[in-house]
Amino acid sequence: MNVDLKVTPDRFLPHRYAGASGDFNPIHIDVEFAKQVGLPGNILHGLYTMAQVARANVNAAGGDPRSLRRLSVQFRGMGFPEQEITVTGTVREERDGVVVVDTEAEQGGNRIIRNAEAELKTG
Amino acid sequence: MPVNAEAVGKTYPPYVYEVGKEKIREYAHAVGEDNPVYFDREQAKAAGFRDVPAPPMFAVVYSAGSVGPAVLDPEVGINFPMMVHGSQEFVWGEPVCAGDEITTETTVKDISERGGMGFYVFESVSRNQDGQQVVRGTWTNIVRGV
Repeated sequence: MNVDLKVTPDRFLPHRYAGASGDFNPIHIDVEFAKQVGLPGNILHGLYTMAQVARANVNAAGGDPRSLRRLSVQFRGMGFPEQEITVTGTVREERDGVVVVDTEAEQGGNRIIRNAEAELKTG
Repeated sequence: MPVNAEAVGKTYPPYVYEVGKEKIREYAHAVGEDNPVYFDREQAKAAGFRDVPAPPMFAVVYSAGSVGPAVLDPEVGINFPMMVHGSQEFVWGEPVCAGDEITTETTVKDISERGGMGFYVFESVSRNQDGQQVVRGTWTNIVRGV
């Protein structure tokens, strides 16, 4: 099983994700506000990036959303729009039809999600 | 200043969310899903779902109305300008489909301090209209400089 997904969120992705998720924290959608609080610019929602990790793992398991049984992640660093995110993963163990994957998301050399663990049903 | 852990164990009123097909479409588009089961009722039924299923991470949409008030509760006492979302776990059960009515309850699971940082852990449990558990979420917020 090969977990490998690349995605480049466009400039307005954080706005669409805000609408879809209901999280309108201005650090995600207002560049000026983000700069006022010391950020380089508006940052991606961590839960958007977690959704990319989920999608990458579900796709690797064949695409059935029922295959994903558990996902735990640590948010580290910040993700930004208009920069490519790469999700990777390696199978750590497999038993009784369940695969445990060590997975992470990286952007521009920063591991923005790390120590993530996905449990996928393969049977 | 030590963190105040008095709110540990506190629960909040259940929050009910009715899952809509178009909300699933909006969310699935936003996170880049292209699997037709999330958009096409016939394909979803052919794959064995009652109706279009929600992507797993749609859990944040129906849980938010329950977790939000817990995180914002003054008795929990989070200092928001210093807060970051540190980690997150979801354990999924029964799939969530359009037409489901999801009820979520949130508990303050733990409040602790390590190395000058406060760790605020919330647990949400979501069930569908038949009482089946659809997800358990563990939400850890970290507050610097407590």
